[in-house]
Amino acid sequence: MTSQNTVLQRAAAQLEISGLSKRFGPDAPLVLDNVNLSVERGEFVALLGASGCGKSTLLNLVAGLEEPTAGELKAPEAAFMFQDASLFPWLSAQANVELALELRGVGRQERTEQAGELLELVHLGGAGKKRPHELSGGMRQRVALARSLAQSRELLLMDEPFAALDAITRDLLHDELERVWRRTGRTIIFITHNVREAVRLGQRVLLMSSRPGRIVAEWSVSEGLDARDRAELSGEITTVLRREIRRHAA
Amino acid sequence: MRLETDSGDDVGQLEAGLDALQAEPPGRSRVRPAIGKALLPVFALAAIVYVWQMYIWIVQPRPDILPGPADVAAALGSLWGDGAAQETILTSLERGVLGFLIAAVIATPAGLLLSQHKGLRAAFGPLISGLQVLPSVAWVPAAIIWFGLTDATVYFVVLMGAVPSIINGLISGVDQVPPQFLRVGHVLGANRWQQATRIILPAALPGYIGGLKQGWAFSWRSLMAAEIITVGGSMGFGLGSLLQQGRDLSDMAIVVSAILLILAIGIVIELLVFAPVERRLLRGRGLLKSGEA
Repeated sequence: MTSQNTVLQRAAAQLEISGLSKRFGPDAPLVLDNVNLSVERGEFVALLGASGCGKSTLLNLVAGLEEPTAGELKAPEAAFMFQDASLFPWLSAQANVELALELRGVGRQERTEQAGELLELVHLGGAGKKRPHELSGGMRQRVALARSLAQSRELLLMDEPFAALDAITRDLLHDELERVWRRTGRTIIFITHNVREAVRLGQRVLLMSSRPGRIVAEWSVSEGLDARDRAELSGEITTVLRREIRRHAA
Repeated sequence: MRLETDSGDDVGQLEAGLDALQAEPPGRSRVRPAIGKALLPVFALAAIVYVWQMYIWIVQPRPDILPGPADVAAALGSLWGDGAAQETILTSLERGVLGFLIAAVIATPAGLLLSQHKGLRAAFGPLISGLQVLPSVAWVPAAIIWFGLTDATVYFVVLMGAVPSIINGLISGVDQVPPQFLRVGHVLGANRWQQATRIILPAALPGYIGGLKQGWAFSWRSLMAAEIITVGGSMGFGLGSLLQQGRDLSDMAIVVSAILLILAIGIVIELLVFAPVERRLLRGRGLLKSGEA
């Protein structure tokens, strides 16, 4: 049920990365080394790795926040969701979502309407008037999700968006994100250092090694897996992950 | 983009429950502590007047050296009665407020420019910080030579006091904008102008308000210094002039009255203008609990 191979070339790819490398400065060590990745339209890819493996750098490159040192990168403009919600504290939840629409050029009246719908989508229809500090961590991340959906971009990059949340809330947001993903058909690249989260969410799980960051293994997670299969898969991935980490002990 | 949501689904209900649990319970009424807090300064004032009166009774200093509370109250009463107090307050307030507004109009674009342009900031930053430390009274002799005993002298001194501190407040407000906000703005597709007006400016607002507040304090102080030193000519008669007149007449009750009036105006402006604006701003951003001052 699991396949472990390097890179699967697929048709109708939305994101194409080949031979991508990144170093910060000419004498700095490689952060990313020859990364190859192809993501299909509508796919949910979980990118898994220990700290310092360059996951975030990879995502920043895809988002155009940083420039690659070498290699090719074909990516559409992407929406981005960060580890902290990064909502603007001087705007209400509704206005935060509206700002994303406004910067996209959506007219005033449509903005109000669409922002309302997006908040409804993340089950925050009643909280539009609240300021970020009046919301719980989970609610803030849902507003951030609504805001990134407001960008109306097919590719959604998520950099450990649930890492700072408590376990109950995170669990719930997994369901929420899966539902939103199915509803909106977005392509999602989701970074995490949590094996179970990766298996829970991803259709594909990619494992990155650290220093330099490379994609070293890949599993596909089929829909029909029951809890026991998932636990087994998580165990298998954890074993490989630990092996990768142990290499740095010497 | 029309998105529908299913109403009765499980996740929605679960989330509603969790949201309710995690939301802060409505705070208990804080009316009583608030009143108590408002009364404390009144008690402090009463205590000071008490000590002052005791000193007068026990030491019995010469009234032309230190008048008692009753003498000062009488002086204040007569100043108020013949309209002199109101007139001087209005003259000084008008100059102070106008000077402060002109300072804000000059300092705001200058501060924005300096905060965005590295070269300009490297060139002028130290000078502006230096000007902020320089007591603006130092400008009074120069201003008198340039402008004579006119209101221009007063405004010049006020501007030299207020402009640097407003500029510095705005710059430090912009410096303290979390870089993450700028990244978010970039990801959301904001161009440079939108980045400045929709993200940097509102994010820097607390620092800017702080700068304005300090700018007002500098305006008021500079104004009083200028009014004390420059009396006569075509200049209006302000609180500082009243203070100087009290000294010329060796009327200590008028001197103390003028000091009290200058102090009172400063407190009133702080309480009625800056404190509410600042409180609203901070509370809206969750930087102040609703019960706090």
